Amino acid sequence: MEKNKIETGISSDAKKEPRRVVFVTKKTSAKVVGDPGPQLMTYPHLLIREAIAFQVLVIAMVLTALLWDAPLEQLANPLLTPNPAKAPWYFLGLQELLHFFPPFVAGILIPTLVVIALVVIPYFNVNIEGEAIWARRPSQNLRTILVTVIILLAFLAVFHAWTIFAPTALVAALLLFSYTVRQGREGWLNALATKPLSWWVMTWFIAVAICLTVVGTFFRGPGWSWYWPWRTHAG
Amino acid sequence: MATTLHSVLHSLRETKVWKSIFRRGLANTNRTRSLAVFGNLFLHWLPVKVREKSLRVRASYYLGSLSFILFIVLFVTGILLMFYYHPATPHAYRDMKDLQFVVSNGVFLRNLHRLAAHLMVFAVFWHMFHVFYRGGYKPPHQFNWVVGVMLLLVTLFLSYTGYLLPWDQLAFWAVTVGTNIISAMPLIGDKIRFLLLGGNIVGENALLRFYVLHVVILPLVAFLLIGIHFWRVQKDGGLTVKPRNDDGKE
Ligand code: HEM
Repeated sequence: MEKNKIETGISSDAKKEPRRVVFVTKKTSAKVVGDPGPQLMTYPHLLIREAIAFQVLVIAMVLTALLWDAPLEQLANPLLTPNPAKAPWYFLGLQELLHFFPPFVAGILIPTLVVIALVVIPYFNVNIEGEAIWARRPSQNLRTILVTVIILLAFLAVFHAWTIFAPTALVAALLLFSYTVRQGREGWLNALATKPLSWWVMTWFIAVAICLTVVGTFFRGPGWSWYWPWRTHAG
Repeated sequence: MATTLHSVLHSLRETKVWKSIFRRGLANTNRTRSLAVFGNLFLHWLPVKVREKSLRVRASYYLGSLSFILFIVLFVTGILLMFYYHPATPHAYRDMKDLQFVVSNGVFLRNLHRLAAHLMVFAVFWHMFHVFYRGGYKPPHQFNWVVGVMLLLVTLFLSYTGYLLPWDQLAFWAVTVGTNIISAMPLIGDKIRFLLLGGNIVGENALLRFYVLHVVILPLVAFLLIGIHFWRVQKDGGLTVKPRNDDGKE
């Protein structure tokens, strides 16, 4: 067939270059598995809910803004270093890490790895299938987990990173406990035993992040030493 | 009274002028209700219909919506604050004092902006964790999860660049502590820090750079990413909800 003058150089003649649109094997069927249930019109059913969310949030914020004042300290003075100098709360977890590890590890390597880990979550089949951690070869998995946890805890102990050690040990204990209850119980114990690997890793991450942030915010005083927030501190 | 108001509003929406603005009259049929969504620039990224299940509070806790609402509140209060702010030392700090003592409701405005900023960081994190635990990153939502991670970084960066602007001790030292970490990056650390601060110390240039990032560049990036994010929620078929099994149970 002759090329049309209006067409661009890249061939796009569907007759010459057939593309396979679908490929039906015996096993697949067009039937939709699992019906997601009935639908409602966005207007008004979704919009009214968004409007309520908006109003509740704005009213709550206005009330808070009337009662609470944004902090304002003295004019910035490069010659007067406060002790401790703290970052905003969402970075205090990182600052707490800096207390244990060299700046490159705590400030660059770990945050970069965390972001990469978050980005790749949906591209690994283990995370998609979400099979329970004890579903297959439980004793072998238990051994791998035990070794990993012990190495990790030993590493944290060497660095005296107790504020990471504590939440890690807690989540690990819960994980090992879930192994013991993995067979046939009802309720939350069973729910715990059917969690996949990704659930445990994320829960561990959140536990550590919350612990580091809370400690960094409330329990660190001069020189980043431990400090009880209710103790009045002189100077 | 209520009924008169109702009928006035009712007939208003059937006037030529109303129809010329909204491209429809009363939205009282499924057809006009569809038009109300996809015929409106500000709503067209929403689907016309949503699953009943995705409207349940448990499906999202409205955390994505709350993040967006906080962003809008920040946008509006931020623009108002810009009327009273000079990104220069030491004017910036004086402007904070003016907000406190001279501008009517200045403190209230600043409180609202700061509160919304904290809440947004909080809401975005919570939204991410909630999406994760519901498996919202699974196909076909993979890429929207990645867009989400970018949004998280932009949100943190927005908050952090804003933190410097009051130019008080809190702001100065928080940013000094944070930007010192960049120097730990091998080879290019110091260069990147110099680029960000416009010098080797947190000074006047740093304030200006953080200001431009905070009020122009990052909000634009955030708007763009939020646009893509919302559009993809719709294109990917709405929120992830558990399908019903054949026996009708979840
Ligand atoms: C400025 C920040 C953000 C805004 C305004 C925002 C807004 C939204 C909204 C309105 C929805 C739909 C309703 C809902 O789930 O609440 C949504 C869904 C979603 N968001 Fe976000 N989001 C933000 C950040 C993030 C982050 C940090 C992530 C994850 C890394 C993320 C990942 C997702 C995913 C995967 C969905 C689809 C969920 C599903 O299919 O169930 N978003 N977002």
